[in-house]
Amino acid sequence: MPPKPRPAWPDRIYDVFVRERVRQVVYVPDAGHSRLIERCQGDPHMKSVVLTTEEEGIGVLAGAWLGGERGALLMQSSGVGNCINMLSLATVCRFPLLMLVTMRGEWGEFNPWQIPMGQGTPPILEKAGVLIYHLTAADAAEETVEAAARISFNGDRAAAVLISQRVIGAKSFK
Amino acid sequence: MRKPIKQAAASLERRAVMRALVAERGDDLLVVPGLGSTTYDLAAAGDHPLNFYLWGAMGAAAMIGLGLALAQPKKRVLVATGDGEMLMGLGGLATIAVQRPRNLAIAVIDNERYAETGLQHTHTAHGVDLTGIAAAAGFESAQTIRSERELAAAVELLRHAPGPIFATIKVRPDRPPFVLPEKDGVELKNRFRRALLGAA
Repeated sequence: MPPKPRPAWPDRIYDVFVRERVRQVVYVPDAGHSRLIERCQGDPHMKSVVLTTEEEGIGVLAGAWLGGERGALLMQSSGVGNCINMLSLATVCRFPLLMLVTMRGEWGEFNPWQIPMGQGTPPILEKAGVLIYHLTAADAAEETVEAAARISFNGDRAAAVLISQRVIGAKSFK
Repeated sequence: MRKPIKQAAASLERRAVMRALVAERGDDLLVVPGLGSTTYDLAAAGDHPLNFYLWGAMGAAAMIGLGLALAQPKKRVLVATGDGEMLMGLGGLATIAVQRPRNLAIAVIDNERYAETGLQHTHTAHGVDLTGIAAAAGFESAQTIRSERELAAAVELLRHAPGPIFATIKVRPDRPPFVLPEKDGVELKNRFRRALLGAA
């Protein structure tokens, strides 16, 4: 059997990062973001920072912006819960904060432990003052991330793209 | 539970320590304090647009320093925070050690107390060794400072040596008068960027 083709949508998101001059890409490793992470690691203009917990990334990107660089924070929905108090750094100071969140516990989830944060992610981010963009189809990835990046970097706001499990595919435990 | 341990009584005074850390600074030094006492200490040492005071975001001072250091490799970035603030973001020491920014230094002004909330003991009063943690994570240099003489040498390292540099500076658990800097985050951010980058 030929190898399964890799999905193209992470490459389109990478293209947005290049166009939007993203220089620091910070993340806790995640299967849904693995292709995008590989592309960013391979780009000599981008610094990749692996975090021990997602809230670190909000601090790193605040520092990046103070120093004149744009960044993006990649995580899965369980990581959103780790970020809640730290989001006040972004919202109080109006730091641009572009977050790409791969959803778990949302569509065809196998692991019940992922469901609380998966279901809680949209209302919690909204309550924290983060603008939300839902990405439910792969062919909308580029325009959705572009829209979130522009409003974040030009409007000095925190914006999160929630990438549905419908796009990523639910994790298989087989 | 482990009891507070008898340690040599600290003699250094926190405001004098902060003054020494930022003495004779130019526009090549970017300073991030932690929320609470170190923000007041830095304000007391002299306001500067390249101070990014924190009034919240506990546990993030070192991470803000990391992002800044990566963005501005030609400037020196000094994080000058407290032991309670550092304890909340210990994982960040591992993140920094892996990135290995040559221009980043972290000074923990360690009074072994949560001063803001009533001087309750932090873990460092029970012997938790932040310097040991930073050294084990892989910082280029990590040391604990207890005297004026050691402080002078440490300031030289923190300001100029290839990083990442870490120092725990033991200070007396006193509470000097509040010196409250600007607390509007947007203003702090914009004035920092204007001073560093020109028109923000």
